[in-house]
Amino acid sequence: MTLDDKKRVLREMVLHRRFEERCYQAYIERKIGGFLHLYPGQEACCNGVMEAARPGHDYVITGYRDHVHAIKCGTDPKVVMAELYGKETGCSKGRGGSMHVFDVAHRFMGGYALVGGPFPLAAGIAKGIQMKGGDEISICFLGDAANNQGVFHETLNMAKVWNLPVLFVCENNQYGIGTSIQRSTAVLDQYKRACAYNIEAAQCDGQDIDTVYEYAKTAVDYVRSGKGPYFLELMTYRYRGHSMSDSRGYRSREEEEEWKLRDPINILRDKLIAAGALSMDEFTAIEKATDDYIENDVMKFAEESPEPNVADLEKYVLA
Amino acid sequence: MAEMMYWEGLRRAHDEEMTRDPLVICMGEDIGVAGGTYKATKDLYEKFGEKRVMDTPISEGGYTGLGIGASFIGIRPIIEIMSVNFAWLAMDQMFNSAAKVRYMSGGQLTAPCVFRSAGGAAHQLGAQHSARMEKVFMGVAGLRVVTPSNPKQAYGMLKSAVRSDDPVFIYEHELMYNMKGEIPDEEYFHPLEGSEVTRSGADVTLFGYNISVHWCLKAAEILEKQHGISAEVVDLYALAPLDRAGIKKSISKTHRAVIAEEDEAPVGVGSEIIAIINEECFFELDAAPVRVHSALVPQPYNHTLEKAAIPDHQDVVNAVLKMFGKA
Ligand SMILES: Cc1ncc(C[n+]2csc(CCOP(=O)(O)OP(=O)(O)O)c2C)c(N)n1
Repeated sequence: MTLDDKKRVLREMVLHRRFEERCYQAYIERKIGGFLHLYPGQEACCNGVMEAARPGHDYVITGYRDHVHAIKCGTDPKVVMAELYGKETGCSKGRGGSMHVFDVAHRFMGGYALVGGPFPLAAGIAKGIQMKGGDEISICFLGDAANNQGVFHETLNMAKVWNLPVLFVCENNQYGIGTSIQRSTAVLDQYKRACAYNIEAAQCDGQDIDTVYEYAKTAVDYVRSGKGPYFLELMTYRYRGHSMSDSRGYRSREEEEEWKLRDPINILRDKLIAAGALSMDEFTAIEKATDDYIENDVMKFAEESPEPNVADLEKYVLA
Repeated sequence: MAEMMYWEGLRRAHDEEMTRDPLVICMGEDIGVAGGTYKATKDLYEKFGEKRVMDTPISEGGYTGLGIGASFIGIRPIIEIMSVNFAWLAMDQMFNSAAKVRYMSGGQLTAPCVFRSAGGAAHQLGAQHSARMEKVFMGVAGLRVVTPSNPKQAYGMLKSAVRSDDPVFIYEHELMYNMKGEIPDEEYFHPLEGSEVTRSGADVTLFGYNISVHWCLKAAEILEKQHGISAEVVDLYALAPLDRAGIKKSISKTHRAVIAEEDEAPVGVGSEIIAIINEECFFELDAAPVRVHSALVPQPYNHTLEKAAIPDHQDVVNAVLKMFGKA
């Protein structure tokens, strides 16, 4: 990544952070309903991987913590917010909500609310790519706890047997709701589990985007060159609770503060400042411009968009 | 009599049964250290320790099967599956192992385990978190299905279920955990079969279970006050086996039936009850029985569409008025 790339990514990451923080507020104001799972703290994961891949070209699929992944693939933040508002202009027409963001035009194949559900779907997409002979790859982002589902094992096995072009990205934030990985998972290093299926795998810091990018580049190149599946584990942390109703009683405030010292946005910002490519004032201006954009464009669009029509209740059930 | 919430009733039943019998255990995601998503196991981890209050990995098929296996040799597990949507992943074990083992072993093995899960559409949880699945569970031979509609039932049914030698599925509802109601101070066991006439009436029977009992009760009040129609409300708290005699008895009195369910039709609790009515008391009917149910759509996220998809007390009222030619 050039310094210009990095500056762009920094702006994107600020957008991702502020977008999520604004969701939090909108939820408290009861503008957003249902369950809401936010991404702050994990921005370097999605951004680092997708910088190494081709957003909008490679297929991406993920779980319920999905807003940022969609935006990174090219989905307009306005239509993601409209989806969270349940509006007809939302990317899933208001039918999906936070946990079911979809944007097939940008090859964002969706957020799914069942833990582990996307594993085999990702492999299936990879199978399709293989048959059609394209140079895309299939990228599956999921949390660490999802790896305890049976389909994780079934999928990894098939992916290797058929040498499918799929990249599994494990965003290891160390918790499945309120249960620490220490108490739920026999093998703490998730990448080691892939070796049971003879799948190439690596683990790296998920807070420093340069590191994520470097590891992801290796992984993406491997998969794209037809060598088969790859499993990449990124060590990260979510700042907020699992969802909005979570008071985080299962972990210490010290642990949270420690992770915040390694904030992915601050790390990138400080590197750019040290390289003389950014000033603190410029950064503050980025934050301000981002907030203005979110308020004047994104929120306004979501607020002013129409509700779906009740007469269309059964639309989209069958083709 | 103490006033308690639905979740407190469940918690008390867990506590009493685990205190009584050291072989009673509970297991599920986040039920221990984190206290349980709906608090039904709050503080039990501190009291009984991690060997008996098991925080499981997110492995529904795996831990459900593990609980069933433990029940083969005398353990009494209460297996919590956070949401009925996730119970899909456990159904293979519930149906192919727990429900069939007694029959296919010629009575040698039983699976005396309790499955607890929350079903229903809460508030805008979207398609993958709003399932109603009772119609599937109630059609499986070898499985008992009960659906508590108030805290007293929740408490008494869990206690009975723990002591039952059959696998029992307790179908709870996400919107009912904070509902308040009286629970006897002394130990109480609610039957796992039968039904309950919650309100007596003469002109029509409203059949409900779990949350829809409350729609029926509200509808009955409106029908009486505003339309002079006297409705009987029958709480079908046991869906498997269904109380054929109870259904027949009420129809013989009122000669009309409306069944309210949150599940979708086709194929539902309502269709089954209508079949029973046809088989048991067809010639006593003054009107064709009808069902009130959800639209056949994956639950929409949008609030307005969501409300339009699921029925409520007004739909029950409308169905009755139509039956009486008043709408
Ligand atoms: C099959 C299934 N079981 C349980 C749940 C409830 N649940 C939602 S998220 C979650 C934790 C998942 O943790 P992880 O995969 O590590 O992802 P993270 O939330 O940390 O990003 C659980 C248990 C679910 N949605 N689906």
